[in-house]
Amino acid sequence: MDYQTLRKKIIDIIADIAVDEDLSNIDDNIKLREQLDLDSMDFLDIVMELKKRYKIEVPTEDYLQLATLKSCIEYLGPKFSFSS
Amino acid sequence: MTNYDTVIIGAGMSGLAAGIRLAMFDQKVCILERHKVPGGLNSYYERQGRRLDVGLHAMTNFVRKGERGRPLTKLLKQLRIPYEKLELSQQHFSRIAFPEQDLSFSNDPQLLTAQIEKAFPRQKDNFARLLELVKNFDDVNLNNAPQSAKEKVREIISDEKLLEMIFCPLLIYGSAWENDMDFSQFVIMFKSIYLEGFSRPKNGVRSVINLLCEKFKQAGGELRLGTGIKKIDIENGVVKGVTLDSGEKIQAGKVMSSMGLPETMNIVSEGQESPAPGAMSFTETILFFDKKPGDEGIKETIVFFNDNEKYNYQKPQTLCDYHSAVVCLPNNFDYDDYDEGVIRVTFIANFEKWNELDKQTYLQKKKEVCDEAQALITRLFPEFHAHLLYHDVFTPKTITRYTGHFKGAVYGSTQKARDGRTAIKNLFICGTDQGFLGIVGAMLSGISMANLHCLMDGEKV
Repeated sequence: MDYQTLRKKIIDIIADIAVDEDLSNIDDNIKLREQLDLDSMDFLDIVMELKKRYKIEVPTEDYLQLATLKSCIEYLGPKFSFSS
Repeated sequence: MTNYDTVIIGAGMSGLAAGIRLAMFDQKVCILERHKVPGGLNSYYERQGRRLDVGLHAMTNFVRKGERGRPLTKLLKQLRIPYEKLELSQQHFSRIAFPEQDLSFSNDPQLLTAQIEKAFPRQKDNFARLLELVKNFDDVNLNNAPQSAKEKVREIISDEKLLEMIFCPLLIYGSAWENDMDFSQFVIMFKSIYLEGFSRPKNGVRSVINLLCEKFKQAGGELRLGTGIKKIDIENGVVKGVTLDSGEKIQAGKVMSSMGLPETMNIVSEGQESPAPGAMSFTETILFFDKKPGDEGIKETIVFFNDNEKYNYQKPQTLCDYHSAVVCLPNNFDYDDYDEGVIRVTFIANFEKWNELDKQTYLQKKKEVCDEAQALITRLFPEFHAHLLYHDVFTPKTITRYTGHFKGAVYGSTQKARDGRTAIKNLFICGTDQGFLGIVGAMLSGISMANLHCLMDGEKV
């Protein structure tokens, strides 16, 4: 799956969780937490949405990999190709 | 027999919020509500074409759109409700009215600080220290041990009158304890009332309840109104499901009860000790007038009245304590959605005294409560000359009838289960007796208990 497709999938999840946020100008290299109002409860929701939509499991020790959009895509990329 | 992942008892703010979280993540979940109308302690009804709200007078925890990291923002995000959906309108200002001393506060915390500096100049630095303490305290930590808020605040605020005035709105808007509250609860309430403030969703509490019900059903949850529960079924200390009043049995992996801790334990099939219900109950008189308070220049949104030297937040020896009250003027939010003038007057009341009255005396005493409420309105707002069009009074007995809370104790038991656990495996508590109070607290309670016990299996995140 290419970078943009993956990026869109993740953005779609964040858009559903953070309904009041403008996601059109996210910088892929800056921590999501610094750009958006996301706390640990919201990251948990991202993890649960990944499981619900794509059957992808993210173990607790890997949560840090979800810090930026770029790190999300790099970390989740192989998991997506494996699950599809 | 139907089998659910989770059955939730009670379609109040906390039960609905918990249900939304679970349904959102594909749990098979059913909310069972004894009454035909959802809402629980914060509900609504209609009489003669008029809309009456019961429960908290206002939403606490006001935030402006885009403000981050606040309780209301967090809960909207967790429930995936856009901020605009609530259509919040802010209070003008509220007033704490004690003998020869008033303090006003609004959604701008500067007002209260300025008022205290003026009325209690020697307490200026102490109040600043209290603000620091409140801002830095981890109030929602579920492991905080209970401690007396008055003892802790008295170490900082050395003027007893100021201390009583600060406590008055916080106690009456959320303390199950008499004359004191748990310090964590104090901090939660202090932030939610003095630092964030009051607002009203357009059309009142029903808008929030309808929004939650709609969201829950959209997410695939099942809501059964008019469905009372006779018994929570337990086998060897583990929850198995519930038995309805009709005799129907429902199986569930987990049961989340929002009906209160003593009330829940009372219907557990295996004998369990239950904590005593709280002592604090209230009457409320809702009055409709042919004029709005604003037409006569009255601007306050809520008045916390007390004319005793000391503020007695305790069960009175009589039917009601008329020395203190909360008077809410729902017309006085920035947006007024009523056609008529409306005033709500709350008095502290004694459940047992109300409960022992015969029918005729009960009705007569309700009339007296209304007279007292009108007298208080005249005393607080002598310029308000209006004709009473309609009124309704509810008593501690009414509260028990419609919410199931023992002894009409709206703030539940003095003993809270902050982590939501009970002696029974897979039976959890949310709502009033988990300990987060108010409309926002109730929803946060449902969300956090659902997350902790039903989505994450009790892991701490």
